[in-house]
Amino acid sequence: MTDSLETARHPETLKRVCIEPLTRVEGHGKVTLLLDDDNRVRQARLHVVEFRGFERFIQGRPYWELPVLVQRLCGICPVSHHLAAAKACDQLVGVDVLTPTAEKVRRLMHLGQVLQSHALNFFHLSSPDLLFGVDDPVAHRNIVGLIQDHPEIAKQGVLLRKFGQEVIRITAGKRVHGTGALPGGINKHVSAQERDLLQADIDQVCNWAEGAVQLMKRIILRNPEYHYRFGAVDANTLSLIRPDGAFELYDGGLRVRGPQGDTLMDHQDCNNYEQLIQEEVKDWSYMKFPFLTQLGPECGWYRVGPLARVNNCDCFHTPLAEQERQDFAAAGEGRPLQAALATHWARLIELLHCAELIRELLADPDLQGTDLRLSGAMRSKGIGVVEAPRGTLFHHYEIDGDGLVTRANLIVSTTNNNQAMNTAIRQVAADYLSGRELTEPLLNQIEVAIRAYDPCLSCATHALGRMPLDIELQDAAGLTLDRLYRHPDGRLGRSPVLDS
Amino acid sequence: MLSREVSDVSAKPRVATASLCGCFGCHTSLLDIDERILQLVDLVDFDRSPLTDIKTVGDCDLGLIEGGVANTENLEVLRAFRRHCRTLVAVGACAVNGGVPAMRNALALRECLEESYVRGVGVYHPGIPRDPEIPLLLDRVHPIHEVVKVDYVLPGCPPSADTLWTFLTAWLSGQPIAFPYTQIHYD
Ligand code: SF4
Repeated sequence: MTDSLETARHPETLKRVCIEPLTRVEGHGKVTLLLDDDNRVRQARLHVVEFRGFERFIQGRPYWELPVLVQRLCGICPVSHHLAAAKACDQLVGVDVLTPTAEKVRRLMHLGQVLQSHALNFFHLSSPDLLFGVDDPVAHRNIVGLIQDHPEIAKQGVLLRKFGQEVIRITAGKRVHGTGALPGGINKHVSAQERDLLQADIDQVCNWAEGAVQLMKRIILRNPEYHYRFGAVDANTLSLIRPDGAFELYDGGLRVRGPQGDTLMDHQDCNNYEQLIQEEVKDWSYMKFPFLTQLGPECGWYRVGPLARVNNCDCFHTPLAEQERQDFAAAGEGRPLQAALATHWARLIELLHCAELIRELLADPDLQGTDLRLSGAMRSKGIGVVEAPRGTLFHHYEIDGDGLVTRANLIVSTTNNNQAMNTAIRQVAADYLSGRELTEPLLNQIEVAIRAYDPCLSCATHALGRMPLDIELQDAAGLTLDRLYRHPDGRLGRSPVLDS
Repeated sequence: MLSREVSDVSAKPRVATASLCGCFGCHTSLLDIDERILQLVDLVDFDRSPLTDIKTVGDCDLGLIEGGVANTENLEVLRAFRRHCRTLVAVGACAVNGGVPAMRNALALRECLEESYVRGVGVYHPGIPRDPEIPLLLDRVHPIHEVVKVDYVLPGCPPSADTLWTFLTAWLSGQPIAFPYTQIHYD
């Protein structure tokens, strides 16, 4: 099986191919492949090459700084970190239930976050691949090409993202690294004027979101065999769930389902995450490999994010998203969809759900309430879990009697997907690359599988983007046999035998 | 005088952007120019940037750097930007002074690594990753001016979209760069 591709037996006898840095992912990562003399892939690894050390350097800081400090992990989903930290701080200040205004404003903020991040991934990053094909010229396969060829789609993407950012600005104070959530509540409500501003656009936003789901369905139907097969990995799935089994992003219990859709755990209390999950360290990556303790490191790894969430939930409580979910479930013919590219479909169903739910929430007069913040008896430990755009996000803090942090543990969404992404690239390497000659479109397939997970290596690390491509083929002695690279204008170049 | 020199007068100015040890929030803020991005792609060509697939930074008129310098790879990217960009801008607190990631400078690097990979909650199979495939960490996080010469700084965490737009449009028109108070007012 593809798992055997994690570690080759005699690496010193194999050729090394390196894809570095990965392009159009958020963060710095690279993939190495080891090939034998017949170009068969013997080892494939996704390495995360960045480390920042938040868990240590926030020790000694006062707990109330956490929501504004820790969101600097990620400028793409800062609200998710802001809220996970705030939820942990709610426990620290002894508040189990927020005021209705605080809870609803926070939920609204988070819906804006998920909506903007999903729009960014689909329209700005992924749609060029999906619309133009993976072997479209590199110089054209980007947002500029999208603006030229499909100006209407590009404009809708930009404006959907803008709307999500405006929801964040109004609820959190500013678009990136806002300050809206406080331990025990929030610091401002949504005024009637601000509500009117958002309400003016929300119907249009719902229509565009609906259009995006239909667009993705048309893309899949153009070549269903490819879209359902590519990077398909049988995985356990983990996500938050409501008490009634419905889709949830802000607060709930944990559900785990097996690869066939059988429920392995349900409504688990997030406060017990330490008993449920452990993280394995591997020498070759700064990103750890989480697994379910009960199943062990071999079988206990899991997928999080849109694909996991839409597979895991029993229903959506908004009509349009629920209708789309039923179509999605039907496509799996009784099993959960496991294909990497089905993630884009699930992502857009979620985007539609966020738009519908924002419309519902905006009509709620509690947003204009003035009861913003509660406090209780201080506790020494707080755990906050939310569904960030890319999946389940865990924040865990402990404090001393002075309120200073003594211990912290963060498991970010992309880390939760570490093994799933590694397995997906091994699958693609075995299916499409093994035994063939090295070309850019072939290697790009590896990246397409990674991108479908929308990894935010920035959460553990940094940098969105279509970054450079430079692939070197070396023999066992480290001698470069072949080199494939992109010129600054996007053309591909090849320079054989560099260092002889 | 603040005028832009362009090698080929008929060509659009080329702009490159990169994130080093930052959170990508400064790039997010750049995207927050919203509809103005449709205008921007008419005014400039993007070189290496999150928005293109271009590998190495080519000769550019403007380079925007987010994030400080935390490892050997950051160093290489920053030096390549300085070599190829006529004007180099430090964007955001991390590039300007190291930002939040530089909070680790008060500690020994080993302590931070041990917290994550050895002593941390739920760590299985502890050990600090040291495979040759992952780049070496520097013992401190440096602001970019400690490594290369910087032409402009845009402070903020992140600088707002309007601040970035004011800068870009002034730079493109060759006008002196002046910001209204609201754009240099921080939280
Ligand atoms: S300055 Fe702020 S927004 Fe910019 S990269 Fe650093 S932490 Fe992120």
